[in-house]
Amino acid sequence: MSTTEEKEQAVADEGQEATEEIAAEEVHEPKPVKPGTWRFLIPIIAFAMGFGPHFLLGWVIFPQLLYGKKQQPIDFNHKLHVEEMGECEGCHFFRGDGSFAGIPDLSSCLECHEEQVGEHPEEAKLVKQYVEPGKEIPWLVYSRQPQCVFFSHAAHVVKGEMECVTCHGPVGESEHLKPYYYNRLTLYSRDIWGSNPAGYKKHTWDRMKMDDCAECHEEKKGIKEACFVCHK
Amino acid sequence: MKLDRRTFIEILVGFSAGAGAGIMLTPVNWKIMDDMAIWSQEMWPRYQLGGLKGKLPERGKVTHEDTVCKLCPGGCGITVRKVKDRATKIEGRDGYPVNNGGICLLGASGLQLLYGPWRVPGPLKRSGKRGSGAFGRISWEEAIDEVVHKLTDLRDKGEAHAVAAILDSDRGTVPQLFSRFLKAYGSPNFIRTASDQDTYELALNLMQGAEDSVGYDLEGANFILSFGSGLIEGWGSPVRVIQAHSKWRSGNGDRARVVQIEPRLSNTAAKADNWHAVRPGTEGALALGLAHVIVKESLYDPMFTANHTFGFEDWNDFTGKIYMGFKSLVLTEYSPQSVSDITGLSPRKIVALARAFAEADRPIAVWGRGKGTTSGSLYECMAVHALNALVGNINKPGGVSTRPDVATQPWAEVVQDATACTCFNMPRVDGAGSSRYPLTKYLPDRWPQVMDGGNGGIKALLVNGADPYFTTMDSAAVAKAFEHIPFVVSFSSYLDETAYHADLILPNHHYLERWEDMPTPVGLHKPVLGLLKPVVSPQFDTRHVGDVIMTIAKSLGGKVADSFPWEDYKTALKETVGEKWGALEEEGFVEDANPASEGSFGTPSGKFEFYVTAFDQAGMTMRKDEEYLPHYAPIKPEGNPVLYPLLLVPTELMRLADGAVGNPPFCTKTLEENELKGDGLFVEINPMTAADYGLSEGAHATLATPKGKAKVLVNLTEGIMPGVIGIPKGLGHKAYDDYLAGKGVNANSLIGVVEDPVSGLCATWGIRAKLTRV
Repeated sequence: MSTTEEKEQAVADEGQEATEEIAAEEVHEPKPVKPGTWRFLIPIIAFAMGFGPHFLLGWVIFPQLLYGKKQQPIDFNHKLHVEEMGECEGCHFFRGDGSFAGIPDLSSCLECHEEQVGEHPEEAKLVKQYVEPGKEIPWLVYSRQPQCVFFSHAAHVVKGEMECVTCHGPVGESEHLKPYYYNRLTLYSRDIWGSNPAGYKKHTWDRMKMDDCAECHEEKKGIKEACFVCHK
Repeated sequence: MKLDRRTFIEILVGFSAGAGAGIMLTPVNWKIMDDMAIWSQEMWPRYQLGGLKGKLPERGKVTHEDTVCKLCPGGCGITVRKVKDRATKIEGRDGYPVNNGGICLLGASGLQLLYGPWRVPGPLKRSGKRGSGAFGRISWEEAIDEVVHKLTDLRDKGEAHAVAAILDSDRGTVPQLFSRFLKAYGSPNFIRTASDQDTYELALNLMQGAEDSVGYDLEGANFILSFGSGLIEGWGSPVRVIQAHSKWRSGNGDRARVVQIEPRLSNTAAKADNWHAVRPGTEGALALGLAHVIVKESLYDPMFTANHTFGFEDWNDFTGKIYMGFKSLVLTEYSPQSVSDITGLSPRKIVALARAFAEADRPIAVWGRGKGTTSGSLYECMAVHALNALVGNINKPGGVSTRPDVATQPWAEVVQDATACTCFNMPRVDGAGSSRYPLTKYLPDRWPQVMDGGNGGIKALLVNGADPYFTTMDSAAVAKAFEHIPFVVSFSSYLDETAYHADLILPNHHYLERWEDMPTPVGLHKPVLGLLKPVVSPQFDTRHVGDVIMTIAKSLGGKVADSFPWEDYKTALKETVGEKWGALEEEGFVEDANPASEGSFGTPSGKFEFYVTAFDQAGMTMRKDEEYLPHYAPIKPEGNPVLYPLLLVPTELMRLADGAVGNPPFCTKTLEENELKGDGLFVEINPMTAADYGLSEGAHATLATPKGKAKVLVNLTEGIMPGVIGIPKGLGHKAYDDYLAGKGVNANSLIGVVEDPVSGLCATWGIRAKLTRV
């Protein structure tokens, strides 16, 4: 008998022995499993253990990881200024050529705050940090859309006669500026997607994604618009 | 509990399913997907551009600033949209008297030239072999010192006349500063690059005694007879002519008839009411054939020809010798049949065209091949202009007049020192103004051919606003001529061909960064002075060429310095404009009425001269009477017809800049697949001719002329005469950068210079060629 054949025989014998052992166990130590006992809970508990933390991760931890938080350079009181300056258009006006001024620049602030007029610490900060050195205030814009979006305020506010509040919410009634949350991946404001991580919205101003534009356009104009209307 | 295999699997699967379900019931996936879309679109390019603070454009206040375009002689008013300090868009300026809101493709691409990688970053000095493109940065002081040192050296040796300057124009303060500098320094060699204006200025000088070039009231005309002019291909001031063309094509009262004479179906020909393809180079004969019919059928303006012209009828001088007039010449020599034999156009068509032209209310005949970038034949220009005189539309609304400039303050006369005086009166390198070509001002295509007009050749060359290395015909001769010039200085803002072959580059501000005046644009009939204002601050270490030339003059000292009394360029500009400066700065342009009035001519006879008496005055002896009159003097193309059986003619496209400014990539992108494919250039050829050579659409071929050879692709089109090949001008740059260079072939490298026998200007309209399949 050659060496190879010897080895093959040995392996075959081993296998036979193992089969005999299992057979012996089954015969000599019977352990009947009753259906419907606690064992069925194992996968359920495992499922729950997987589900819970991941559900929490997605709803609670992920948004905290995704968004960074910044404070505005000055805690601006919109309510006070609306009382002084009139409606939104008092500061956020259309220029002579129809373009929208957006957030007022420092020169608009200078019309009143060339020197400190009140005693509020935020005004003192404005004068000291920005007015005196003549530096523009680096406001963080909650509603800044991505570069690929073309948006004209004139078309919506002047021609479409929309209210500012429809998209921006009741900012004019606020006494403090809310923190600015930004997406760490895209660097855009959280307000575009909305503060709800799933993007649920209660108000028209809660979210400013493309679908929200299309929703309103479909409602008002009957069409969702073509790509090139906004993506120039 | 024992963790057996089954339990383990149950836990693992249960946990995974739970984790999966848990995460799927949260917004993570959808949110990440959305963010990744934005990230890959916006942030990824930002990372590639050098991190988060990369080169993404800054946001800021949007403003609009008006200035004038300087990319061609068209002189359009433009409005530049800016975000903060960054120019973001160029638009035509509304209400500007030249282009009223319109803009051309090149003009709109100006920002690519401003921010493109081909800008010269600061003064450069050649560090390697010439043409190797190796340059090193030096300071402005060093650069100016170097020029001053070289110029002082030449002047000390009594060789001031060996200095030459090549510019794109001789009008406006900057060209005048150069011209003044050369005069004070002692050089007669101010050279202007070639255009149809060279010949038109000469023709108007001879026939009307005018110093200015031509202006057309295109908007007022209602019959436009174009002898090969690319009316919508960039001829004249392009936007203005295209706007006039739109008016002619409209259905209302401005409707005009357009007839195009051209061997090729250009866009102008395609849009014309009639297109007559005559044999290339025979346009002059056709003009005279039309004159024949107009005279024979008495369709000419009898009042104008009788009262305001000289040499229409036969005439005799005080000795009683009889001279032939234009009338006799055209009646005897240019019958429809004989002209038909020359041009290939049927006699019936010639007669019909002549009648239609002469019977129109306000007909106008325009001249200048393609965009007007070549000088052309003098007699051909005169023959076309004679048609305008026949119908009496000289200096009339809807007619042809001179192109005057808005009056400005003249500068004090240059006081030359002894060296300057001696050297300034030496012959020019190009031979212009010599006894052979006494009437011609500049011979831009001739200097590379002769290199030495009898004065030792150019020893120092200054180039501003022009790219003669690329735009001059016969590239090989130009390259050789450059090799013989020991010192070349370019003032170009771009690393163009000439700058690439220069020893020193002293970059001028880009046209959107500087002050300059823009005199009346080419072909305009009313004086308009435009103002270039800086809309953006200089992007690089550049200086205004006006300031640089003044600094050089002042460093040279003596009378040269005395000729430049101004503190800086802007002061000179302000003083030149004089009392109109306020209005000019405020509005961006000033207009004047055209002072030309009917019947006022500066010729020796005081009339419009069909028979040019100025030839005799200039000491030019003509052998025959007809040489004093507009007649057909064929310009023979170079090359042996046996070896080169085909004719190659350059063509020009609106979408392809072929002037001093390289065609920016925005424009190149608009070229069709049968114009430029990859880097391969297509030539146009008639399918009948192609069949003779076994060439099919898109076939590779070698195009050879007596001047050079090139690999080309074949585009079959019935829009070109059989036996003629069309090659677009403007491609084949070798300088600039990878985006602009290396595309196609420079047509000038295949075409040589054929001199006009009277003017000496380049009268080339084509060259003999052969096409072989590869």
